[in-house]
Amino acid sequence: MAKLTFHGGIHPYDGKDLSKDKPMKVIVPKGEMVYPLSQHIGAPAVPVVAKGDHVLTGQMIAEAGGFVSAPIYSSVSGTVKAIEPRRVVTGDMVNSIIIDNDGLFEEVEYTPHDPQEISKQEIIELIKNAGVVGMGGAGFPTHVKLSPKEPEKIDYVIANCAECEPYLTSDYRRMLEEPEKLVEGLKIILRLFDNARGILAVEDNKPDCIEILKKLTRDEERISVKALKTKYPQGAERQLIYAVTGRAINSSMLPADAGCVVDNVDTVVAIYHAVKEGKPLMNRIITVTGDAVNDPRNFYVRIGMNYKDLIEEAGGFKTEPEKVVSGGPMMGFALFDLNVPTTKTASALLCMTKDEVSAMEPSPCINCGRCVEVCPGRVVPKKLAVCAAHGDEEGFLANHGMECCECGCCSFVCPAKRQLTQSIKSMRKILLAKKKK
Amino acid sequence: MDKLMKVSSNPHIRSKETTSNIMACVVIALLPATGFGIYNFGFHAFLLILVTIASTVLTEYVYEKCMKMKVTINDLSAVVTGLLLALNLPPKAPLWIGILGGVFAILVVKMLFGGLGQNFMNPALGGRCFLLISFTSIMTNFDCDAYTGATPLAILKSGGTVNAFDMIIGRTSGTIGETSMVAIVIGACFLILLGIIDLRVPGSYIVSFVIFITIFGGHGFDAQYISANLAGGGLMLGAFFMATDYVTRPITRNGQYLFGIFLGIMTGIFRLFGPSAEGVSYAIILGNLLVPLMEKITMPKPFGKGGERA
Repeated sequence: MAKLTFHGGIHPYDGKDLSKDKPMKVIVPKGEMVYPLSQHIGAPAVPVVAKGDHVLTGQMIAEAGGFVSAPIYSSVSGTVKAIEPRRVVTGDMVNSIIIDNDGLFEEVEYTPHDPQEISKQEIIELIKNAGVVGMGGAGFPTHVKLSPKEPEKIDYVIANCAECEPYLTSDYRRMLEEPEKLVEGLKIILRLFDNARGILAVEDNKPDCIEILKKLTRDEERISVKALKTKYPQGAERQLIYAVTGRAINSSMLPADAGCVVDNVDTVVAIYHAVKEGKPLMNRIITVTGDAVNDPRNFYVRIGMNYKDLIEEAGGFKTEPEKVVSGGPMMGFALFDLNVPTTKTASALLCMTKDEVSAMEPSPCINCGRCVEVCPGRVVPKKLAVCAAHGDEEGFLANHGMECCECGCCSFVCPAKRQLTQSIKSMRKILLAKKKK
Repeated sequence: MDKLMKVSSNPHIRSKETTSNIMACVVIALLPATGFGIYNFGFHAFLLILVTIASTVLTEYVYEKCMKMKVTINDLSAVVTGLLLALNLPPKAPLWIGILGGVFAILVVKMLFGGLGQNFMNPALGGRCFLLISFTSIMTNFDCDAYTGATPLAILKSGGTVNAFDMIIGRTSGTIGETSMVAIVIGACFLILLGIIDLRVPGSYIVSFVIFITIFGGHGFDAQYISANLAGGGLMLGAFFMATDYVTRPITRNGQYLFGIFLGIMTGIFRLFGPSAEGVSYAIILGNLLVPLMEKITMPKPFGKGGERA
């Protein structure tokens, strides 16, 4: 059988060897912890604590600010020091709760549940209350995703184990070290959708994960493991759904329109914690990697920790980093200041050394067509970039600019080193903002 | 906040391929044809190639200096233009023909329209057609030390017989770089293996040309006639090195097939029904002019709107 894949895409140097073979390391945070109130798509959370309050690990410190929103929990015990704007990874100042960690990690009591005993509504309620959001990067509240209009029409629940971004190995370590939680989490989601089959979709550069997951799900009738061709952006939602089911959705459709629910590995594990153990979302795995750090590896992090401390745990910088990126090299944010907190959606911290090619000046487009070849959205990036540069909104829309998923493939392959993704992305931002008005 | 770090929008990694790498590969791919041309036609051919390349590169340099623009000769595109133009000249053409053609190709066809990536037709072909129209007798005189008389294609057109094997090897008269099908195909394979060109344009060009001359050539499916027509004239050089020029072929996949088919039919028409035995240069230039239209009608459908199986 031909490998499951999509058309287009690229094969960048994957850099996963730097961190993939080292086991996860648990970090004990010290000092202050920062919890931005906006760590998800939707309304910001609303604080339920005040300055001077004593909080416990696992205590809710901010509640959901609406249906599309998520509560936030303290990952340490300590005293609320302040509620004030703090800088986050994107460079914005976001209102945040600051907690002085007392280092005791006194926890609240959690109530475990048996997903087979409770109702579907209760499961969704538990996930919602635990503050689970899409941890692959988008941060869309998971309970919203799990409440489509017609749940009986969902026939695929896909656990996105592709991890197609170069350098990232957090999902890989999770699959190796805690595969049971992933499978159990998937089973919980399947409880919600009676007609659905569960699919663990893994890129074939992780054969060990595929083997482990296959072994674990041997007796699960509703769950199967699918190997995907290794290619970026295989883990992009639309490309993943197409590879697994052959169904294609465009930018204005939701996965549910194709009968699919897609959740990333860490999200599925967070669902497991939320339901089985009754634990809110307080931890995640973060890959600290790149040529500029001494000891690249994966960390089991309490959300709210400072990035600076993470770098220290990774042995500090080997050389002066040229650029530090939160997330993967294809879609991550470059940081201008390391003094920002980790959030629910922070998957990696990539410390890059100087790269000759990326520093090259853009030269004229020679119309080579590489951007068209690799574009998974099947648009013509060259044309869109021209429209964007000229501020031609009509032309941009007519050339299907909104179908771009900002994966970065066009900029990656461009021999003239033009800023294709970058200019298309800014135009999309302008148009999306106008649409909202 | 102490020291600010560098930021930029994603993606943060780039492939190592650059414009000048690609151009250098094209030059390398043209070396077999160039070498054979020099071997076949002698020292003057070599000199003509050198002078033409110098002319294109210098024209670009001087123009950019005069216009106070950034000098871009390092991208090697002018070298490719010069080499291609030289390979399209008769082996005994005077040196000033190469110089003049090079100046026209770079100055008029390329720089005046905005430089690299903005030219609407292939500069080398633009230069060649300019010479062909202005200095027809020089440009169509293929007499040299080794061969005299008409090119095989002209003999074929007037009803004579030719040795198809010699034509495939390249032991015939013609322009410096067009005679050896073998040398050209070796270079083309190199580019295809590196992924710099693909078979969409050359493939659809050659296939549609063969179909056209089979139907209208009056010889039916005659292997000898067809292989002579493929190996003769500038077809191979044109199909693999000029029609595949990035700037002047459509960027869309279906547009590339359409472009190739158009070239095949036009070449057939020019060769069979035109006054000259040649037709590749004019067919490609005409095709170049229609590229914007071809792109417009072949815009791909986006993913999720029917374009996912493209």
